Amino acid sequence: MEFTRRGALAVGAGAVAASVLPSFAFASVDDAVAAFTGGAELGEGGLTLTTPEIAENGNTVPVSVDAPGAEAVMLLAAGNPSPDVCTFNFGPMAGAQSASTRIRLAGTQDVVAIAKMSDGSFVRASNEVKVTIGGCGG
Amino acid sequence: MISRRDFLQATVAASAVYGASGIGNWARLAAQQALTQDQLLDFDTMGNVTLIHVTDIHGQMKPVYFREPEINIGVGAVDGLPPHVTGRDFLDLYGIAPGTPEAYALTYVDFVSLAKGYGRMGGLDRVATVINSIRAERPDALLLDGGDTWHGSYTTLKTEAQDMVNVMNALKPDAMTSHWEFTLGIDRVNEIVEGLPFPFLGANIFDAMWDEPAYQPYEIFERGGAKIAVIGQAFPYMPIANPGWMFPDLSFGIRDERMASLVREVREEQGADLVVVLSHNGFDVDRKMAGQIEGIDVILTGHTHDALPEPVRVGNTLLIASGSNGKFVSRLDLDVRDGEMKGFRHKLIPVFSDVIAPDAQVAAVIDEQRAPFEAELSEVIGHTDSLLYRRGNFNGTWDDLICNALIDEREADIALSPGFRWGPSLIPGDAITREDIFNATAMTYPEAYRSEMTGEMLHVIMEDVADNLFNPDPYYQQGGDMVRVGGMGYQIDVTKPQGERITNMTLLKTGELIDPEKSYVVAGWASVNEGTEGPPIWEVVENYIARKERIQIEPNDTVKVIGA
Repeated sequence: MEFTRRGALAVGAGAVAASVLPSFAFASVDDAVAAFTGGAELGEGGLTLTTPEIAENGNTVPVSVDAPGAEAVMLLAAGNPSPDVCTFNFGPMAGAQSASTRIRLAGTQDVVAIAKMSDGSFVRASNEVKVTIGGCGG
Repeated sequence: MISRRDFLQATVAASAVYGASGIGNWARLAAQQALTQDQLLDFDTMGNVTLIHVTDIHGQMKPVYFREPEINIGVGAVDGLPPHVTGRDFLDLYGIAPGTPEAYALTYVDFVSLAKGYGRMGGLDRVATVINSIRAERPDALLLDGGDTWHGSYTTLKTEAQDMVNVMNALKPDAMTSHWEFTLGIDRVNEIVEGLPFPFLGANIFDAMWDEPAYQPYEIFERGGAKIAVIGQAFPYMPIANPGWMFPDLSFGIRDERMASLVREVREEQGADLVVVLSHNGFDVDRKMAGQIEGIDVILTGHTHDALPEPVRVGNTLLIASGSNGKFVSRLDLDVRDGEMKGFRHKLIPVFSDVIAPDAQVAAVIDEQRAPFEAELSEVIGHTDSLLYRRGNFNGTWDDLICNALIDEREADIALSPGFRWGPSLIPGDAITREDIFNATAMTYPEAYRSEMTGEMLHVIMEDVADNLFNPDPYYQQGGDMVRVGGMGYQIDVTKPQGERITNMTLLKTGELIDPEKSYVVAGWASVNEGTEGPPIWEVVENYIARKERIQIEPNDTVKVIGA
């Protein structure tokens, strides 16, 4: 446990943000997805999203995507006040369609990736990343 | 394939000696009259490879009492599965008669009475005798240490773990992995690792900046004509559960993809016939990992301190759980041929310290480490009339004592004590020495803080810790037990999601419900925050015990558990 006011408040604030803003946040995720896919159906497979199960530091969480053959991959932090993270575009000369970055997470939430494949189809992958106060590792 | 035969042999033999003595009678029999070293070490050597596993010794070089948990709740898919089976259910599951040495070693049932009869367990000089006996039959047996070795006692703290390094080196391990080791601070860890005569393995330890492997991931051994890969897996939640500022450039994590790629690498590129993971994941995490990753033959589990008399099988993977504090040594003989594990024989060897003779050479090394501190170690601070233990999901009496000390000495409304799994037990009538206090508190971030927290903040903390224990997905658990609370009662429904588990938080001194808006004075220790201020917890506890002289802990019914 980390019993300081600071640590607890940070998580408390995250929880509040997540509980107060879901309609806004989810609508925004949906909007972002719709803008990226043009409303196309989302499939599964062919996209690997790698995240830690529990963030070591919610301010800088390593995230990587790998989608062989993809033209672009959009990354979203579904529980952040502003869920848009980034979109990776892969040109025809790209040797591999994979990318890594670090993102900030306001609290425990799903990180979502959507890949646009070269045949115009879209696939989705999502992982829950837990942001915790920490401590108590026996 | 899992045969109870080997384990039952000891039980049957013991029963023969006791006859139909039943419960109550046997406890008077001195352990050495009923059990023999030969009986404990008896093993019909098989196959071509032997693994010896010790883990979670927590600095305990001398024999200790260690009471196994009464409450060890499994949630989700592991509800009711070992190791989440305790007491009489455990005895029934494994066909162990109450009152036998095995019942004493493996459960809390009749603990005090049995402890008086069978005595302390462990002691690394006795562990050495067990290892030597195995090596006499299989000279090239691999000794693998699951970590939490360089931590947990007065001498380990004072010598920055040099005591344990010296004693373990005398046992000649072939590899180890880690957890609490890193709370020595990164510089000290690396200093020790550089001089270590065996590999310090951690496939999941990475440089935080560049995300590159920071320690050796595996070692290949050739034994009995087979190539054996031992992959190390350190505690995954190091920077979250313990102070990350002590090893700021390291990142850990479970890293399934990394493990899967290493298993492929050792099999395909290194030609391994057998893949062993030396793990500090915790049992439920290992069980999940065994189901996710193909090609692991054996996981030597650690961290959660479980002692299981039989391997747990997940697909073709064997999970071995070897207890803690030097109480047990696991021996696993394997028949490895044509790149496959064809058969195994297993025994969880209980280290009865009055039955297994100490190895003289290792006993001398232990004495040498303790000699400079003998006067401080042996000073009697008080006595206990109650059983003092820690292990279990909720409050243990050692933590009740620590919480009482925090409330009294620090004038607090509420006390919080971390849900550590280490810390041996004391039985009623025992003197409490300074060494005993350090066995329950020794660590490198001991400051006993005193601060104000609102009721809402307390609730957030309780929910957060509860989710680290009761999240139905083990990959989202951190592996400690529930934070121990003094001065406040609560109800917990372990089946609920985070935010809904903890209700009815009550300030015990007034009987009033905790007000989310109101501030309370909270004392605690082991904050993972850098710069936490306060006296070391052992000083707070020592002052309290010295003032009280005799310790009595009332039964604690302040935590109401539902859904389990």
